[in-house]
Amino acid sequence: MSLFVIVFYGLLIAVSCLTASYRRHDVFMATFSLTLICFLIGLIGGEPWLKRIAIGIGIFLAAGGIAYSFRKFLSLLLPRDAARLIRTAPLTASFGLFVILVYLVAAIFAPIIAPYGEADVIAGAYAPADEKMLLGGDQLGRDLFSRIIYGARNTVGIALLTTGIAFFVGSLLGLMAATLGGWVDQICGRIADTLMAIPQLIFALLLLSILGTNVVNLILVIALLYSPLVFRLARAVAGNIVVMDYIEAAKLRGEKTWYLIVREILPNATAPLVAEFGLRFCFVFLAISALSFLGLGIQPPTADWGSMVRDNSTLISFSQGTPLIPAAAIALLTVAVNFVVDWLLHISSGLKE
Amino acid sequence: MIGIIKLVAKRLGFGLVTLFIVSLIIFWAVEALPGNLAEQVLGQAATPETVEALSKEMGLDRPAFVRYIDWLSSALQGDFGSSLANKRSVSEQLEPRFFNTMFLAGLAAAMSIPISIILGVLAALWRDSIFDRGANVVTLTSISSPEFFLGYILILFLAVQNPIFPSISNVSEGMTLGERTFATMLPAITLTLVVIAHMMRMTRAAIIALLASPYIEMARLKGEPRWKIIVVHALPNALAPVINVVALNLAYLITGVVLVEIVFVYPGVGQLLVDSVQKRDFPVVQACCLIFAATYILLNLLADVGAILSNPRLRHPK
Repeated sequence: MSLFVIVFYGLLIAVSCLTASYRRHDVFMATFSLTLICFLIGLIGGEPWLKRIAIGIGIFLAAGGIAYSFRKFLSLLLPRDAARLIRTAPLTASFGLFVILVYLVAAIFAPIIAPYGEADVIAGAYAPADEKMLLGGDQLGRDLFSRIIYGARNTVGIALLTTGIAFFVGSLLGLMAATLGGWVDQICGRIADTLMAIPQLIFALLLLSILGTNVVNLILVIALLYSPLVFRLARAVAGNIVVMDYIEAAKLRGEKTWYLIVREILPNATAPLVAEFGLRFCFVFLAISALSFLGLGIQPPTADWGSMVRDNSTLISFSQGTPLIPAAAIALLTVAVNFVVDWLLHISSGLKE
Repeated sequence: MIGIIKLVAKRLGFGLVTLFIVSLIIFWAVEALPGNLAEQVLGQAATPETVEALSKEMGLDRPAFVRYIDWLSSALQGDFGSSLANKRSVSEQLEPRFFNTMFLAGLAAAMSIPISIILGVLAALWRDSIFDRGANVVTLTSISSPEFFLGYILILFLAVQNPIFPSISNVSEGMTLGERTFATMLPAITLTLVVIAHMMRMTRAAIIALLASPYIEMARLKGEPRWKIIVVHALPNALAPVINVVALNLAYLITGVVLVEIVFVYPGVGQLLVDSVQKRDFPVVQACCLIFAATYILLNLLADVGAILSNPRLRHPK
């Protein structure tokens, strides 16, 4: 038994006892079951596996610590109303906010952070990592680290633009359909239903094969395919609002449709629409990454996470994890946005009741 | 009883209409190409004479709606024309691949449905406990990860570092069921992980909505033991939402298959579709899209019909 094993189990058991004596029963159950599982894994796999578990626990605790501190930081920094909202946020939401902030910084300051340009060939193909290249080179000898940083700008930027278009078209038509009703509503609804009857990825493949693959087509096709989903939600939310008395009153005052949409309906539909924007962003982002991974999305030499995974995937069979980093970057951002959306949905449903 | 049959028939008819419209879209999308399809196929070699010859050969000189009816009626008989790239019959290429894709999706479904329903019910029972919150974070993470991320992680850990499963799913016709299952294991696990997360969250939401209803509270106030409340009172009524959840997720599985097939070089319809999109081989693309869309619509239809059959309230729409 090495010192590490003794300290590892000692800490786990100490935390279990502490939580038990403070009557935090659910935390105690979690820690102690973890201890028991570690006993089992330690017996089968030996010390290396225990070390991996320790690293996992460390990462988890570090993420929790960052989330906790960031929440405190925000609640002290922001004005009072926002601070009260932040203080009640779950840890997952503040972790999500922190990650989104990091991605924003990476995207905006990409040329300053990245040591090399996104298309600069500086070493041999698949060059190993050294002091100059943090993560080594890719299949053409470009710096992988720099490309990941630039990827934040390209991939996230394109996804944001696409979501923006889909959201603008979808919510505008949804609000119009709900306000005008009648045949506008019927026609928009039927078109949306038809577009949603074909799975999005398949439809995107069909359209891209016809239009040809470039970034503009990609943005337009994905925006077209995801706007019906926004339309449906906007239509449903606005449908509940247009039956209210104050809308009736505004109509009797003789207000125009545009005034009704912008001044009366939109302010009351903001919370669910913002949550929907986050949710749609996740789906659009995943769809664009998937198409880029298939070689039909963002084209080289633009650095993009989806195509980086595919281009470097041969490294996996040599037991190297580097191609997983851009994929993990996609997953981390989507998780972060989802955490924040979960919290927003919780707030907006809480306000309704 | 007649009411049910009428309702189901109405729903089926609606599905058929949707399928018809989808086939129209798939056909006319290719028609909307700039110029002539023959010009597109020939590319650099397009001279007026070659274009005309090929147009005649492909039947492009006939009006579009005649070709559409021709295309649809032969597609219904299982004939999708021949590929532009290698001149082979599309159905011939599709048939073994369709079977492979169905096998992969079926294996993933067989693994994911029982696990996710059990986990979903447990999460609903122990709502707001540490298990529920942990499950929430894990499922959210797995929904948010692209399929290829999960796939490559599995390849790295279960095929390269610990060689348990093959990293490339090489299935061929002469394989026994056992060999085939073994070769398909990694892609099936990848799909399972994604679908479990979706299905578990939906099952949990459905059961929680159910547990809030008055008759469950009544049973609880009567002093019935917890397991009895679940098994006798909740589960029979949970059947409707669970059937719905399963069918919707099977529909999701059908599209998730495309990416997973590419990652594991699995010879299925998804791989054929992506290859043909890159080669701009339109007859194959159309056939694959039609198959995927039809399966998707059919499964959504099943979800609806299942819901109607298991929930009497839906039989009498207001």
